[in-house]
Amino acid sequence: MNGGSTIILALLLPLGGAVAIALAGRISANLRETVTLATAGGLAMTVWSLLPAVMAGERPGVSITELLPGVEIAFSVEPLGMLFAALASGLWIINSLYSIGYMRGNNERNQTRFYVMFAVSLAATMGVAFAGNLFTLFLFYEALTLSTYPLVSHKGDAATVRSARVYLGILLTTSIGLFLPAIIWTYSVAGTGDFVTGGILASKINGPAVGLLLGLFVFGIGKAAVMPVHRWLPAAMVAPTPVSALLHAVAVVKAGVFAVTKIIVYIFGVDFLFAEPSSGWLLYAAAFTIIAASVVALRQQNLKRLLAYSTIAQLSYVVMAAAVLKPLAEIGAAIHMVAHAFGKITLFFAAGAIYVASRKTEVHQLRGIGLRMPVTMTAFTIGALSMIGVPPTGGFVSKWYILAGAFQADNYFAVATIIVSTALNAAYFLPIIYMAWFMREPEPAAAAHGEAPWPAVLALAITALLTIAFFFFNGATIQLERQVVENLL
Amino acid sequence: MELLGLYHYWVFAILLMTGFYAVVAKLNLFKKLIGLSLFQAAVFLLYITMSKVDGGTAPIFSGAADAVFSNPLPQVLILTAIVVGISTTALGLGIVVRIKEEYGSIEEDEIQEIDRR
Amino acid sequence: MSGLGQHLPALQVVVPMLVAPMVVLLRPRGLAWAASTAASVLAFVIAIELTLQVLGAGPVGYLMGSWPAPYGIELRVDALSALLLLVVTGASTVALVGGRQSLDAQIEADRQPYFFAAWLLALAGLSGILVAADAFNIFEFMEISSLASYVLIAGGPDRRALPSVFKYLIMGTIGATFYLIGVGLIYMMTGTLNLADMELRIHAVGDLTPILAAAGFITVGLALKAAIFPLHVWLPNAYTYAPHMATAFLAACSTKVSLYVLLRFDFFVFQGNLEGHDLQFAIYLMPLAVLGILVGSAVAMFERNIKRLLAFSSVAQIGYMMLGASLVSIAGLTAGILHIFNHALAKGTLFLAVASFAMVAAGLRLNELSGIARRMPWTFGAFVVAGLSLIGIPGTAGFVSKWYLIMAVMELGPAGVPLVAVILISSLMAVVYIWRIVEVACFAKTEEQGSSAIAVSPLMIVVTWLAALANIYFGLAPALPLTLSGDAAAELLRHLP
Repeated sequence: MNGGSTIILALLLPLGGAVAIALAGRISANLRETVTLATAGGLAMTVWSLLPAVMAGERPGVSITELLPGVEIAFSVEPLGMLFAALASGLWIINSLYSIGYMRGNNERNQTRFYVMFAVSLAATMGVAFAGNLFTLFLFYEALTLSTYPLVSHKGDAATVRSARVYLGILLTTSIGLFLPAIIWTYSVAGTGDFVTGGILASKINGPAVGLLLGLFVFGIGKAAVMPVHRWLPAAMVAPTPVSALLHAVAVVKAGVFAVTKIIVYIFGVDFLFAEPSSGWLLYAAAFTIIAASVVALRQQNLKRLLAYSTIAQLSYVVMAAAVLKPLAEIGAAIHMVAHAFGKITLFFAAGAIYVASRKTEVHQLRGIGLRMPVTMTAFTIGALSMIGVPPTGGFVSKWYILAGAFQADNYFAVATIIVSTALNAAYFLPIIYMAWFMREPEPAAAAHGEAPWPAVLALAITALLTIAFFFFNGATIQLERQVVENLL
Repeated sequence: MELLGLYHYWVFAILLMTGFYAVVAKLNLFKKLIGLSLFQAAVFLLYITMSKVDGGTAPIFSGAADAVFSNPLPQVLILTAIVVGISTTALGLGIVVRIKEEYGSIEEDEIQEIDRR
Repeated sequence: MSGLGQHLPALQVVVPMLVAPMVVLLRPRGLAWAASTAASVLAFVIAIELTLQVLGAGPVGYLMGSWPAPYGIELRVDALSALLLLVVTGASTVALVGGRQSLDAQIEADRQPYFFAAWLLALAGLSGILVAADAFNIFEFMEISSLASYVLIAGGPDRRALPSVFKYLIMGTIGATFYLIGVGLIYMMTGTLNLADMELRIHAVGDLTPILAAAGFITVGLALKAAIFPLHVWLPNAYTYAPHMATAFLAACSTKVSLYVLLRFDFFVFQGNLEGHDLQFAIYLMPLAVLGILVGSAVAMFERNIKRLLAFSSVAQIGYMMLGASLVSIAGLTAGILHIFNHALAKGTLFLAVASFAMVAAGLRLNELSGIARRMPWTFGAFVVAGLSLIGIPGTAGFVSKWYLIMAVMELGPAGVPLVAVILISSLMAVVYIWRIVEVACFAKTEEQGSSAIAVSPLMIVVTWLAALANIYFGLAPALPLTLSGDAAAELLRHLP
């Protein structure tokens, strides 16, 4: 099967799976979960089958239809997209396993609708990852927003609906109000929206217009959560934790920073942007987000909200790394997508497991919980260490590359930001770890409980191991991402 | 004299505005319809007077070689427009009757009051 | 072309017009509906055939009774007429085919023959406007369609339709009469009523006052009928209280046809011949278009009756069309004309879905619709798809016309930036008012509203979904409407100096 058909299969498979899940859901819950896992497995196999070709330097692509003159729906696989798709599809399997444990353990309603919309969201994610031009990216980006809305508003109560409104409101406002005009501006100036190595805007636009266009893109891509368009992320925490874990630690947020990175590299062009002084503000905006989000995280008591603000900060690592505009930093940006994904999904899995097992949601309730839920808290610890960037976790590798890139650019501001934020990360994660392991449970003991249901625990154990494994086995990933910047090295 | 020669335009304008005033200012639906009819009649006059040719007779072919006829086309157009006007008035009156049945009044402010409740 | 095929432009009008009086005689249940639907389908087929002819060979001309123009009555179908014919006949057919249950519910059986006769007369009138090539015939058909529309709107069970239709009657007649005055003044100065002929003759007298006055009268008169801000006040109530299927039909096409006449007259007759007219057109109409967009969307955000919400949304959408037209450029006109097509798709589907909701829910106020997504998932799904098209989400038809409109506005350079902002802000307002409906429908605040146990007929759901899918189809493959719009825009601009 050639690359083009594989890409189309990668999109149709989760959509077909959604239909199959809906049908299976009428028959039995077990059949439904089986179909979900089978779809996830099938998607991962399809996506990973593209890996060898892309590693070898090929760029499979396929064009579907031309909508308007110069505007078409087309797909093209390049290293960044390959990485993103492989990450999302692989983690979907693990997340489905976790969902089974979580949803059943919590006795959630409307589970079929949940799994169906999840599959649709993954299809949209694949569309974003494989998009070959701005319009296709925008199409699937919006599809992702819309398909995740039912997941965010799953609980259906008044508070959830209000938060879901904020979620949708911010994402649609930024995408229609800022992202869309940026896309149309690009099309009208460059005549095309294709992603091309070296960018398409080089001679078409200059001066302050560059900075303005960049701003429209960065703030228009609300999923990258650069302040001040970040409020949707904490609002989305009303969703069930499997949603927060895969979508708001991996798929949705990574779609955001992936889109920003891809636009910087393939629309503007790294060299072009580096030479334009008006684009310098991005570094400072990202740095501000990192520090501000970390400070806010310090003050959060609700575990999921703390993780949400930590995510906002980590996302801006990727944006800042991309904004450093040096090859090593660009590689660091890509690697950090993976490292953060593994680490954050582990943390969210752990938070959800704690909720299912003990109904605890606040940080101060976690005293001594390490003794009751050792596997979960070990995984949590590993995830937290990855966020801080301590070896032997994946987070260390990506921070290394970002720092190297910052040094390469003599960008000491970026270096300082990374150091300060590392300290802040430690400041809000280490106390939790200390409390969980080294403090006693408050008297009288709360209801005795153990670990969460086994599928959930298995899932978080796997992702924790992946976090560590990434520290050792990251060569292939780096080699893949080097291709993105090899014309600049 | 120019002004007097154009007097049919004055008639047209005055009738038009009278009708329009009635439509806008009167609250009684029936009076609005009367205003509308006046409004339309003004336009009919415009067309018909426009078709008159100085010294022209009715546009009926009479065999005379040098007869001067008024322009028949506007007259024909206005016949059609009059029919349209009649239909509109008839429909409007029908609606007024139905409104009276449903609301018990044909004063616009009273109807709005009833609907507001 | 031989046989009946030669007479298609005339048949487009004659078919519904002849069937209308016959329908009045069809007393048995359902027969009136069946005959009307058959006539509408036939009209749709004729429209498709005419469109193919226009796409293949250019404008189609026709002389009634073979009297040569400009003495005889000439009919003419070009790209703009063809596009609108598709919209009008399509909307009528879809509303009739899918709406039988709704119509039966709202119109008593003994009044149905009259209602459907009026429907066919409205169809004939609208089609007539679109094929006519002289100003007075346009007036004739305009009044036929308007009178028939008044009957349609007043035909439902809601008594509030009566004062609403009275207001519409008054305003519509004033509009038509203004148009008539304008035509009269032009006739006085040029001696002709045939549009093509007018265009030639008006050049000699272009700067005289009667012509300028005529331009003013015609523009205002047609603006009244087309519901251009601020002359739109008759529209919300008329659409809200009309029978739901009548709203679906009229909302999709009736004001757009008046817009068509405005564009025709303006570009064919005035633009090339009045100095600076293109600038005047833009200066007067662009602000009104912008206000229509903003005010229409803003009021819709606060409306609590779903039909009136959608009606105000229509006012905003007509503003988009006028904005495109007032740019007086190929891109702008293409965008505006394309939006006529795409808006008909979206609004038609929305009102079809609302008709289904009306049969099941206690009423059409937002709080009475709470939880309806669960009771009618399929219909609601179609509503969401059409709503996304209205907002302009990529992948739907509405996005295509918005894209074109934004690109057209960007051609103005830095002056276009506020207009781009207007378009985007109004899209966000559309998100607000559509999502209000979605939220209420999905998340029931109280226990299930007491409502009838009527099940919506499968035919209605299928038709609604076909309409919704058409939104997606023409959002991904807009070649047909795009070609027609582009040709129409080129044709209109050809008449510029």
